[in-house]
Amino acid sequence: MSSDLDTLPVIATRRDEAQSWLQKIVSKGVGWGRKYSLFQYPFVTACCGMEYMSLQMARYDLDRFGAAAPRFTPRQADLLMVVGTINCKQAPVLRRVYEQMAEPKWVMAFGVCASSGGFYDNYATVQGIDRIIPVDVYVPGCPPRPEQVIDAIILLQKKIQDQPHKLFDREKPPLPPAGR
Amino acid sequence: MSKAVIDALVQRLPEAVYDPYVGVGGDDCAFVRRERIVEVCRALKQDLGFDMAPYVTAVDYLGQTPRFEVVYECYSTKANARVRLRVKVGEGEELPSVTSVWRGANWFERYVFDMYGIPVTGHPDLRRLLMYPEFEGNPLRKDYPLRGRQPLVPEREIHDIFRGPGPATRD
Repeated sequence: MSSDLDTLPVIATRRDEAQSWLQKIVSKGVGWGRKYSLFQYPFVTACCGMEYMSLQMARYDLDRFGAAAPRFTPRQADLLMVVGTINCKQAPVLRRVYEQMAEPKWVMAFGVCASSGGFYDNYATVQGIDRIIPVDVYVPGCPPRPEQVIDAIILLQKKIQDQPHKLFDREKPPLPPAGR
Repeated sequence: MSKAVIDALVQRLPEAVYDPYVGVGGDDCAFVRRERIVEVCRALKQDLGFDMAPYVTAVDYLGQTPRFEVVYECYSTKANARVRLRVKVGEGEELPSVTSVWRGANWFERYVFDMYGIPVTGHPDLRRLLMYPEFEGNPLRKDYPLRGRQPLVPEREIHDIFRGPGPATRD
């Protein structure tokens, strides 16, 4: 199945080419900087927090991947790690924390409860945080092994590197609608 | 000890307390009529020294009449004895509050109101305890749908940042 992009001829002037070439260099550089300095906000609500702690400690050492410093205010963080079960009463708080984070921001659903509700298939639990906020990387497991989370961090770094970055971004990104 | 307590209760209030029996764990239990529960609890506390209600909960026997049963666990810190009182409450019937006897029963009665929808009369602050106010239905009722989902609600304004949402008159 081919998309329109395959059939449409690409017309670019020299000015466009020059701009996009410069933008690519800038985007690559900024992305390289951003992917190796992920300041996280750990939104720890449940037992996955233990695994998060071991992940931060010397044995697994998230510092090797540039995600060393947890910030305990969302305004200084790039990566929102939702670690644990989110119940319906907590959902608006999580959304407010996400809205308080400065752009650019990424979200990791740490563990099966944050990803899909897990075995809390009941009246009180949000069935996956992607009903409230957009999620970049999901980590399964109850709780996930630290290696899984490191793998997820590397995947997220790959994703960040491939994203377009701008030096000055004056566009306000639209907020996702709050679902059920 | 608790056998003597139940016997004393039955002797004291014979028309309010009925069917005493020995429970599985060795605790002595009895059924209490719904209208007389405050009176029985006050007698239990003032005359027999049961100064604590460590747990108050409810059971939903769907299909039976009366449908619910509210269970009061009473504990005497002096005698280290426990007594269990069971009150049969029908659908839509009101339960008198025992907060005038044990202040600690306050949140348990709110829990019973929240999870089972049993209205408690004479309670100082009858609100939902665990679920949010917009929640519809009572989740621990047996006829609550197994995968019943409620719509997510927006964040509520917090008027008092130290004590959270709630009436200003509460203690």
